[in-house]
Amino acid sequence: MQATRDFSHYVRHLGSGLSHIDLAVEGVNCAGCMSKIERGLSALPDVTLARVNLTDRRVALEWREGTLDPARFIDRLAELGYKAYPFEPVRAEAVETEQASFLLRCLGVAAFAAMNIMMLSIPVWSGNVSDMIPEQRDFFHWLSALIALPAAAYSGQPFFRSAWTALRARRTNMDVPISIGIVTALAMSVMETIHHAEHAYFDAALMLLAFLLAGRYLDQSMRRKTRAVAGNLAALKAETATKFIGADEISVVPIAAVQAGDIVLLRPGERSAVDGNVIEGQSKIDQSLITGETLPVKAGPGTAVYAGTLNLSGALRVRVSAASEGTLLAEISRLLDNAVQARSRYVQLADRASRLYAPVVHTAALLTMLGWAAYGATWHDAIVTAISVLIITCPCALGLAIPAVQTVVSGAMFRTGVLLNSGDAIERLADVERVVFDKTGTLTLPELDVTNALDVPQDVFELAGRLALASHHPVAAAVARASGARKPLAGAEEVAGQGVRGFVRGLEVRLGRPSFCGADQIANDILHRDPEASVVAFRHGETRHVFAVRQRLRPDAAAAIATLVKAGIEAEILSGDREPAVRHAAEQLGIHEWRAGVTPADKIVRIEELKRRGVKVLMVGDGMNDAPALAAAHVSMSPVSATHLSQATADLVFLGDRLAPVVAAIGFSRKALLLMRQNLWLAAGYNLLAVPLAIAGLATPLVAAAAMSGSSLLVILNALRAHRGAKELG
Amino acid sequence: MEVLVFLVPLALTLGALGLAGFLWSLKNGQYDDLEGAGWRAIADDEPASEETLPSAGSGRH
Repeated sequence: MQATRDFSHYVRHLGSGLSHIDLAVEGVNCAGCMSKIERGLSALPDVTLARVNLTDRRVALEWREGTLDPARFIDRLAELGYKAYPFEPVRAEAVETEQASFLLRCLGVAAFAAMNIMMLSIPVWSGNVSDMIPEQRDFFHWLSALIALPAAAYSGQPFFRSAWTALRARRTNMDVPISIGIVTALAMSVMETIHHAEHAYFDAALMLLAFLLAGRYLDQSMRRKTRAVAGNLAALKAETATKFIGADEISVVPIAAVQAGDIVLLRPGERSAVDGNVIEGQSKIDQSLITGETLPVKAGPGTAVYAGTLNLSGALRVRVSAASEGTLLAEISRLLDNAVQARSRYVQLADRASRLYAPVVHTAALLTMLGWAAYGATWHDAIVTAISVLIITCPCALGLAIPAVQTVVSGAMFRTGVLLNSGDAIERLADVERVVFDKTGTLTLPELDVTNALDVPQDVFELAGRLALASHHPVAAAVARASGARKPLAGAEEVAGQGVRGFVRGLEVRLGRPSFCGADQIANDILHRDPEASVVAFRHGETRHVFAVRQRLRPDAAAAIATLVKAGIEAEILSGDREPAVRHAAEQLGIHEWRAGVTPADKIVRIEELKRRGVKVLMVGDGMNDAPALAAAHVSMSPVSATHLSQATADLVFLGDRLAPVVAAIGFSRKALLLMRQNLWLAAGYNLLAVPLAIAGLATPLVAAAAMSGSSLLVILNALRAHRGAKELG
Repeated sequence: MEVLVFLVPLALTLGALGLAGFLWSLKNGQYDDLEGAGWRAIADDEPASEETLPSAGSGRH
């Protein structure tokens, strides 16, 4: 049965007779790839647009409607040497792109206005000390107001909206003092201009907006980039199902196009993407991703199959279940919802700073006004001085202090293979005291590995590997991978439920069950020594070998755990797998605290128990059964091989086969927290210097401009230090 | 000082032109792929032909 591929689900119709599709492409990382792909795709007839986006690693394609099958593009890219997959823009991503472009527009407007007002302010400042006549000064002030008021009304929207939302909910955040500062500065400047005064603060208000918007944009673009990469990874993982569209006709369709009641084919070695019931076929199913249990379960007509489980031996026909009520997935989703709701709302450093900051600043301004009035100044002068205190303390550096560090650190993490899902994860990760690991797929590699490769002669191993390429069975796939064989053995055939066989120079070779190869005795010896392993036998004429295949720990797992322990962070294993398997892994890694056979609900109970004791827990897990625990923990991480649910729940995602990124991420976040605190102190120090000047009534617009840009530059330069010296846990 | 009558509008017009240019380029999708744009500038081969440039409506995805 040859399946057709149906990608019509991803195609958008633009009108004007054009169709559009977005493809996520693997391995595009240079200018050469870019022009190669664009030229290769443009050469297809009727293609009107082929544009690579190197930042997002995607290709946008447009063609005349109905002339081309989108599968053609994927084949063409495969010919060019790139693996591509249709990409469905996620709604959250579209919203984020829209926000980023709005922030950039605001930034552009604010920067334009700030520069032009500065151009008008400099003549006023120099004119004030020389020969400018009041009429000219008023003219320049009115011009400034003409630019400043509309520009601030437009580009201040992100702050005004957020401040308004916070105030309506009777909370306060950083945007409240920012908005108050900007609005009072502008209002006072207009009043002063009307009264022909010497000083107006239009330039300070707009410069403040421009700096703060730069901070916001940095923050936003960091999140957008990681989200795009995470989205590509999801697309490349190819969530498709093989659906029956006739009695014997099948088509590969995206998951979103499968409905309840459809019948799908689940081949051996394939992961199920749907929940359903088996209607035909016999097989064994690996549910480790869902339950953590590594021993396969028998499946036949009537057996329930869950999304994420791996079909091991025979082809199954599965009817997609109508409702997922009462299934394991539904149960897990319910636990997940509860955990997310119960998660104590973490207060970000920036918000904590602003809670402290706003009352202090506003009290200082009030006292300044009352003080000057008591001292005998006019009310007008007292109010002007008080407002200048508000302007000079407006958190220019404070607004940049944290986003600048977050941007630099997330860039550094990105290069070590860690993607951030949420910005405040950095702060939470920095004070982790205990790491709770899931075992299967987290401490161990997601794929099986041959453990006794060295006991088998190289040429035999390679022959076995070539034969194994003919099989879909995951154990055979592990042999093929470990042997490095690339050329499948010609004429090899699969014997259902037994193994594969073929001929080499007239001599029969077999790979499969020990009984299929007459190697029961050797297999039993191996199983006696290592009861956790799966075995696969190989027979070539009269030579017989047995491969032991099992899950292997990540190569640097022991070293990573040792580093954590040395840094005073405790490690613990919480696994759904059976006791011997968990005990073995724990002993190898030197982890003393472990629990085996834990259900998803038990995992949450354990996390909650640690939380009650006041322990800040980092949960690292990949399975569906970990998702609720990931959401309940103080901060969470998933390997990139994890199920969608876990990845979406985790605060961070790490790439690759090694566990080192987990340790590196903790190191980076600690360094980042240190720099954020330093930056907040720098900002506070600036206020200590500038506020007395303002209270004394000496803060001219020139002083405000110099102090604001100086302090902003200082915190940005300090943030750049996050690149260096974060390798060590400290 | 009568020269201000020319200079001020002139300066503001130039500034507004810059802003308009920025907004146009933003809308045209020129900030969507900053990494790729850097490499395109030094690519050896012919720049993409007219018809393979994105139309304004589909610049952002």
